[in-house]
Amino acid sequence: MAKTTNLFLCGVGGQGILLASEVISSVCMKVGLDIKQSEVHGMAQRGGSVVAHLRFGEKVYSPLIAPGGADIVVSFELLEALRYLPYMNRNTRVIVNTQKILPAPVATGVDKYPADVVDQLRQRGITVFPLDAFVAAKDVGETRAVNMVLVGALSALLSFDEKIFLEVISERIPEKVREKNIAAFLKGKEALQGILMSSEQARK
Amino acid sequence: MITYNSLFYGNLMKNKHNIGDNVLLSGNEAIARGAFEAGVKVASAYPGTPSTEILENLCTYEGVYAEWAPNEKVALEVALGASFAGARALATMKHVGLNVAADPLFTAAYTGVKGGLVIVTADDPEMHSSQNEQDNRNYAYAAKVPVLEPSDASEAKEFLKIAFRISEEFDTPVLVRTTTRVAHVKGMVRIGITENSSATLGIEKMPEKFVMLPAHARKRRVELEKRMVRLREFAETFPENRVEWRDKQKGFVTSGVSYLYVKEAFPEASVLKLGMAYPFPDRMIKDFASKVNDLFIVEELDPFIEAHVRALGIACHGKDLIPAMGELNTHIVRRSITGEAAADLFAPVLIPPRPPNLCAGCPHRGIFHAIAKLKVFVAGDIGCYTLAALKPLSSMDSCVCMGASIGTAFGMEKALGRDALGKIVAVIGDSTFMHSGITGLINVVYNRGFSTVIILDNRTTGMTGHQPNPSTGVTLCGEEGAAVDIEALCRAIGVQHVITIDPHQHESAEKILRQEIERPEPSVIITKAPCALLPEIRKKKDKNLYTVQEKTCTGCRSCLKIGCPAIEWVPLTPEEAEQMGYKKTQKGHSSINPVMCIGCGQCVPLCKFKAIVIAGEENG
Repeated sequence: MAKTTNLFLCGVGGQGILLASEVISSVCMKVGLDIKQSEVHGMAQRGGSVVAHLRFGEKVYSPLIAPGGADIVVSFELLEALRYLPYMNRNTRVIVNTQKILPAPVATGVDKYPADVVDQLRQRGITVFPLDAFVAAKDVGETRAVNMVLVGALSALLSFDEKIFLEVISERIPEKVREKNIAAFLKGKEALQGILMSSEQARK
Repeated sequence: MITYNSLFYGNLMKNKHNIGDNVLLSGNEAIARGAFEAGVKVASAYPGTPSTEILENLCTYEGVYAEWAPNEKVALEVALGASFAGARALATMKHVGLNVAADPLFTAAYTGVKGGLVIVTADDPEMHSSQNEQDNRNYAYAAKVPVLEPSDASEAKEFLKIAFRISEEFDTPVLVRTTTRVAHVKGMVRIGITENSSATLGIEKMPEKFVMLPAHARKRRVELEKRMVRLREFAETFPENRVEWRDKQKGFVTSGVSYLYVKEAFPEASVLKLGMAYPFPDRMIKDFASKVNDLFIVEELDPFIEAHVRALGIACHGKDLIPAMGELNTHIVRRSITGEAAADLFAPVLIPPRPPNLCAGCPHRGIFHAIAKLKVFVAGDIGCYTLAALKPLSSMDSCVCMGASIGTAFGMEKALGRDALGKIVAVIGDSTFMHSGITGLINVVYNRGFSTVIILDNRTTGMTGHQPNPSTGVTLCGEEGAAVDIEALCRAIGVQHVITIDPHQHESAEKILRQEIERPEPSVIITKAPCALLPEIRKKKDKNLYTVQEKTCTGCRSCLKIGCPAIEWVPLTPEEAEQMGYKKTQKGHSSINPVMCIGCGQCVPLCKFKAIVIAGEENG
């Protein structure tokens, strides 16, 4: 893997984006890649829009992804995917959690939630994989495992061994909720593999 | 009581690394590790983004005493004292914290050290979580101390160890300057062995070195200049000031995170990387400049290196091309220098903004809703509550620096005289009051003011991620002990009218506020309720959550005025309204998100129609 892979995560403060980034970074490290993981703490976490930049490869210098430079985007919330459009290009693959978390102006009725986020991305030629990670997390009985559902989905687009992901999750997640988080991971992976298969069949 | 230990348990486990392991650490975690490997005995800090995690991590290492001080000045004085006793000592702070600690810093440069003394300043270009973006390399120049600038986590760890060695060898405090993209970027770090100070622990009286009377200070002033000469010489051979020769068409002088952007933007160019950004290796710079065709200085914020290079009489490019505001990145560095047009990027789409907001159940929301009704000028301060300046609460009118609220409110009052009575309040958090609000309050009493000061006591330091403070009585490492009694403290200062109220009860709070602002004497209102994110609230069982009884909701939107993230507006078409049994003209109804509601009850009195009820107690 000579080229650096640029993975952009976005969502809302409190969705567990930082933990998800750490799991992915730890996996990269275990397979012997160089990694830089950039995030912002403090003010940004009070329910605001949150991003993390992950870059991995043989040797990584900059901690930040350049505009238009994301290879994969994982959006933990629906409309946040649209907010970071300038980081995408036509070859970017975007995993979108279709869960809506209303921003304050929408919640107070001042503004409207955009109706066609996925279509707006697709109209620009971007490959989008929409899935409802909140429902998936609810199905495994742990609504806080939305982040692991999305890590699972992401793992279907990466070439790393599933075993390594499970190893890292086991190390990072407290025992009490470990099984449910692993179930969430597997559910996310399965969901994305399902989308990949059906789109392949559609092509045939 | 809250057990803060539980917050750090994960880190305790994590810090059991083996020597030689490669581990993933943030810049701040790496600095903590570096301090540990350097044999630091005493570390003191006040939390501030992006520096906070350094001490939170350091306190999990064995053999290190680490503490939260009330402010950065105290933190640096504690570290200086430990150094006087022969221990390696560390003080860490965010960039603006060094303004508070500047007083001891400038004279510590005169006294020098016994045990190594390192001060980490974490700057915040782009102001991700700060009120300004000052470039603290300027402090190195002004205070005449060396500054090291690591560019990633791995360097951050090594530079800490180097900083301690320089401190002891040159008898000087050493600054280590990071930025957000060093502090909060995780990267690979190799765990190393620990080393020891060259100093010996013990009490040693050295008045000519430690007592900065003018007569002594004048002698130390000469020593300081001699030290700077030695440090400049050291800079010429310091291995972390290094040249990476490649193509000599373009040559870059850079430091810190900017080095990484240069390496990626111009991998084929030659680079002079300054691990020590002050004092400068003049011969090295001149030699490098003479061997490259075009010289570029790439640095975030001020033209700190550039000004020096120009003063050496060397022609170069710098801030004529590269922005002096905000963060840099690979893209900006490349485009500024090559002049190439931006790639064909997707234009941003207009979507609703998602500004940060006070959490659901935040006690600040209740009190700011009450304050908003007073229509007064609200002199604000630094903390989560600064978010009350945003819509819909819109109830903060100034915010400058830690502790400024009381002084600025009082200054307005003195300018306006009696006309100011009932028109101004100062608000300040518990931790901020401990940091630097107390002296402001003393001034109000001493100088016969009538200020109304609201102390927002949420039992923690919220914005930086829930650090305990002197008024919570819990230490950084989780020991419980004496807590400063804010109410007793205000009385001891001489405030006659001190009252503690529950901010969630905003209706009664409003009555008390109205009464207190009219008082022609100083008064303090302490609004006491724990932060909604503290475990004692989050893990509370049998919470009464609230819901909107839809048939009773008239869609008047009164409950939306407090901006609680759990309360959502559900817009309705006339048909939908009719289907739900509303008048066709009703535009929507409110709804409470059961996942977000924590049952604070602030919204209940806002609804005149009694549509907000305890979930499960709706009447059919």
